[in-house]
Amino acid sequence: MSITLENVGFVYGAGSVYEKTALKDVNLTIEDGEFVGIIGHTGSGKSTLIQLFNALMQPTTGKVYYQGKDIWGPGYNRRELRFHVGLVFQYPEHQLFETDVMSDVCFGPKNQGLSKEECEHQASLALSAVGIGEDYYKKSPFELSGGEKRRVCIAGVLAMNPDVLIMDEPTAGLDPAGRDEILDLISRMHKNRGITVVLVSHSMEDVARYVERLIVMNDGEKAYDGTPREVFRNYEELEKIGLSAPQVTYLMHDLKAKGFDVDEDASTVEEAKTSILKVFGMTDSSGES
Amino acid sequence: MFRDITIGQYYPTNSIIHRLDPRVKFLGMLAFVVSIFVVSNYGYIVCAAWLFTIIALTRIPLNIMFKGLKMILFILVITVVLNLFMTDGTIIWQWKVFKITREGLTMAFLMAMRLIMLVLGISQMSLTTTPNQLTAAMESLFKPLSRLHVPVHSIAMMMSIALRFIPILSEETEKIRKAQMARGADFEGKGIMNRIRAMIPLLVPLFITAFRRATDLAMAMEARCYHGGEGRTQMKPLKYVNRDYIALALLVLYLAVIILLKVLLHW
Repeated sequence: MSITLENVGFVYGAGSVYEKTALKDVNLTIEDGEFVGIIGHTGSGKSTLIQLFNALMQPTTGKVYYQGKDIWGPGYNRRELRFHVGLVFQYPEHQLFETDVMSDVCFGPKNQGLSKEECEHQASLALSAVGIGEDYYKKSPFELSGGEKRRVCIAGVLAMNPDVLIMDEPTAGLDPAGRDEILDLISRMHKNRGITVVLVSHSMEDVARYVERLIVMNDGEKAYDGTPREVFRNYEELEKIGLSAPQVTYLMHDLKAKGFDVDEDASTVEEAKTSILKVFGMTDSSGES
Repeated sequence: MFRDITIGQYYPTNSIIHRLDPRVKFLGMLAFVVSIFVVSNYGYIVCAAWLFTIIALTRIPLNIMFKGLKMILFILVITVVLNLFMTDGTIIWQWKVFKITREGLTMAFLMAMRLIMLVLGISQMSLTTTPNQLTAAMESLFKPLSRLHVPVHSIAMMMSIALRFIPILSEETEKIRKAQMARGADFEGKGIMNRIRAMIPLLVPLFITAFRRATDLAMAMEARCYHGGEGRTQMKPLKYVNRDYIALALLVLYLAVIILLKVLLHW
């Protein structure tokens, strides 16, 4: 119900030599409270897709609805919509501009028309949610490390208290520790605040571990839509479109082929561990493996 | 806003104009620019005919070609208004202190024509010539100047980088604009002060990006042992072929006609 796309198509540079179809006839509904992953290789239309969710781009054909209302209908307040559907772009640290961290995070709430106190209250809540302490508030955002900058930017969107949080490759260019921090943070936001999360990612391991529903984009079309287990069952087809299943899924398939009675759809290391231990008649408790 | 800049945006159609030697196109552009400042009245018909013949030959859609005009719209309006009301002469319309003179009308029209043709003339060259070709052309044409210790290669390189960066930065601007809009930035606000203030979240990240890109590029060039023009050879050396000689001949003819008309008929 939350976000609905109806027969949506998108064409870049229509009518010029650079004309390129990015999306064709996509139908999609993202329900309130879902944790959705979107994967697809470069140029599959995922970035275009998410910009349709908060009206940064207008679909060439078809309709986009938010809470049942046509967001390109007459009189619809699209600026207001963007406060409800927060979008964190890829490499968001490139949009920092203020003199200190606090003011930058306050940019969103200030645009919502909140008072200075309310802005700072919202901003400090958001900053503490991403694990940025008070000692950072007065620092220049440009002095921070890459991972810290990224978290400040996420806070900048969270401070608007969105109902839906869309993130385009939030872990791109981060080290493993930074990646886990960001993903755990997103997962916490989803659990604690119940916000809808849409996560665009290249990493099969990440999406398998966190998301509840996985949408695979290929060549501007929705190729698969289901739980990660369901989607990764089609790993051979996924390879044909330039993607893959998590490594552990391959391991499980190999084990199955060798005659072990394991759950070949396991897509996370934990699932695989439980399943393998079961074959050997053991239960999953640390120390035994 | 930045999307309207057509200078430095190559548009491939592989027309005869695209295939011409870039030196010919560059000289052609220069000759054209000179010609529109030489002529003063009916000569503009000749200039326009020449320009539109070239534009037709490029097979580039007119809306792409005319996009560059949007960027000078403001200057155009100012020029027309100033010339229209500020030129003294035979008054043909008057209201309080505002007056339009016959000379003003002619002047405004001529200045507008000059500006429009200037932008179109430059656009048609940059749309049909890649920045790389253009630099190669300039480097080759200005080579004699290096005898006088003019750093021809460095200048050509700087120009080509600058041209190459226009589309990159305009893309970057678009990205930042969207990112700030996602945080509720309003770029269509009311009042000039609000609009200027709204530009800060756009311009600060844009400058930082530009500097970052420049450092990265310098590093990448050094990593590949770039050390300037001395002894540098080209992958695709420029060479004149028949069509280039024909084009040059036509160009000389065009200039001759313009000059003759100017001298004989004061066009």
